[in-house]
Amino acid sequence: MNPLQALLDEYPYVLADGAMGTMLMNAGLEHGESPERWNVEHPDRVRAVHEAYINAGSQIVLTNTFGGSPFRLKLHKLDDRVAELNRAGAEIARNAADAAGRRVVVAGSMGPSGELIEPLGTLSVEEARDGFAQQAAALEAGGVDVLWIETMSDLQEVRAAVEGARQASSLPIVVTMTFDTRGFTMMGVSPAAAVDALQEMGLVAFGGNCGNGPAEIEGVIKAMHERNPEAVLVAKSNAGIPEMIGGEISYSGTPAVMAEHAVRIVELGARIIGACCGSTPEHIRAMREALEAAPAHR
Amino acid sequence: MSEDRVDITQLPTDELLELMHDDLYDGYADEVVAQVNELLSRGLGPLEIMNKGLVAAMDIVGIDFRDGILFVPEVLMAAKAMKAGMAVLRPLLVETGAPKVGTMVIGTVKGDIHDIGKNLVAMMMEGAGFEIVDLGINTSADEFIAAIREHNADILGMSALLTTTMPYMKVVIQALKDEGLRDDVIVLVGGAPLNEAFAEDIEADAYCKDAAVAVETAKKLMALRQKQ
Repeated sequence: MNPLQALLDEYPYVLADGAMGTMLMNAGLEHGESPERWNVEHPDRVRAVHEAYINAGSQIVLTNTFGGSPFRLKLHKLDDRVAELNRAGAEIARNAADAAGRRVVVAGSMGPSGELIEPLGTLSVEEARDGFAQQAAALEAGGVDVLWIETMSDLQEVRAAVEGARQASSLPIVVTMTFDTRGFTMMGVSPAAAVDALQEMGLVAFGGNCGNGPAEIEGVIKAMHERNPEAVLVAKSNAGIPEMIGGEISYSGTPAVMAEHAVRIVELGARIIGACCGSTPEHIRAMREALEAAPAHR
Repeated sequence: MSEDRVDITQLPTDELLELMHDDLYDGYADEVVAQVNELLSRGLGPLEIMNKGLVAAMDIVGIDFRDGILFVPEVLMAAKAMKAGMAVLRPLLVETGAPKVGTMVIGTVKGDIHDIGKNLVAMMMEGAGFEIVDLGINTSADEFIAAIREHNADILGMSALLTTTMPYMKVVIQALKDEGLRDDVIVLVGGAPLNEAFAEDIEADAYCKDAAVAVETAKKLMALRQKQ
């Protein structure tokens, strides 16, 4: 049985991880550099991030491959290294998970192409599918348990990514979308419309990630749960939005805020929870502690 | 679609312009092109058709996008219809010596690789009739300045999604001042972590919270400049 399904069968909720990009920047990643490059140049620093999340309680870790599609790597002139960088990212997470001493699922992160699909944009469905297939194949080769398609705004692109993933792999798939435009995705998809489409795709779980903070994701999960109470829902909210206040950066989503959010989001129907941009292992730790202290549900 | 279409040659001009607004809003590029040609054949000047027809229609699109009635797909389809209409008018506008709407150099600042928002601004500004020079991601001050000079830009648009790359906008603005270019360009900035206070602090001309606001602001500031 797939390890993610095993976790879902065993636990009422499963804790995923938090942000990777900002953690790598704290570890010295240069602005403008491709984070995926570090899978080969500084694998130890990438592994340290996974270990920190695992120590904080994460049961799922996402690989450092969010920008690892050929479309995104092309911006850094790295598109000839798709297989290498994705496989390396998967292996790092696999090794960290295997050393954890408990079951930790490795999810192969696949972010959006950053382009628009024809006819709105210039990316054809075939190109999109093939690009995602390339990435999925490398992630599977590196040892991921599940393919994790995230931060999507467009259902057409989701379809292309899922089809591409299935071209290359028979691993289970998770899809999360970003509802950051007045409760819709940028392309006008509502949480209910997302459920209608995603529930037909044979995914192991789906939901929302990124966006404008915990309150927004709570609305998304509430709407999704209403639309399909049987769906296994994922919530990975940003730790708020960073703001420049008097020259200082301040994230509205502190660990305490995310901890309260975690309890609420499980009550609203999410079964897989984590955090996204701006979060750290501290946020995940606080979320875990709050969940463990909360009265048991279900 | 053309079965119950009215014969545009029979429509009075003001109704034809209204139809063009509706068709542009709905993204019907072929219809818009036909309407532009019909108006030209009636003797309307290209500038008048652009302003009363295409630009007026995109204004409505921009407002509805800002208000959450339309989303990116609809806006892009409308922008395509506008572009199709502009393709007919542009050579004629050049002939008549009509003033361009404006040229904008746009890019995501050095150190930052986020570009979807910037791409949307570029598309909507194009839809509004601006010439766009898109420098892409990770753009240095030197690259911005070279492009501003080469294309005689009226507007500089900078985008950043990271609080750590936002400060680079100040670097670019200082470079513009050092090169004696600051007064020649309108500087617009955008990106999720930005706000008005930040824009004021770095002495940009305006902060634009989304693509629709960017277009409105660009047009407003261009108009003010022209009056001077």
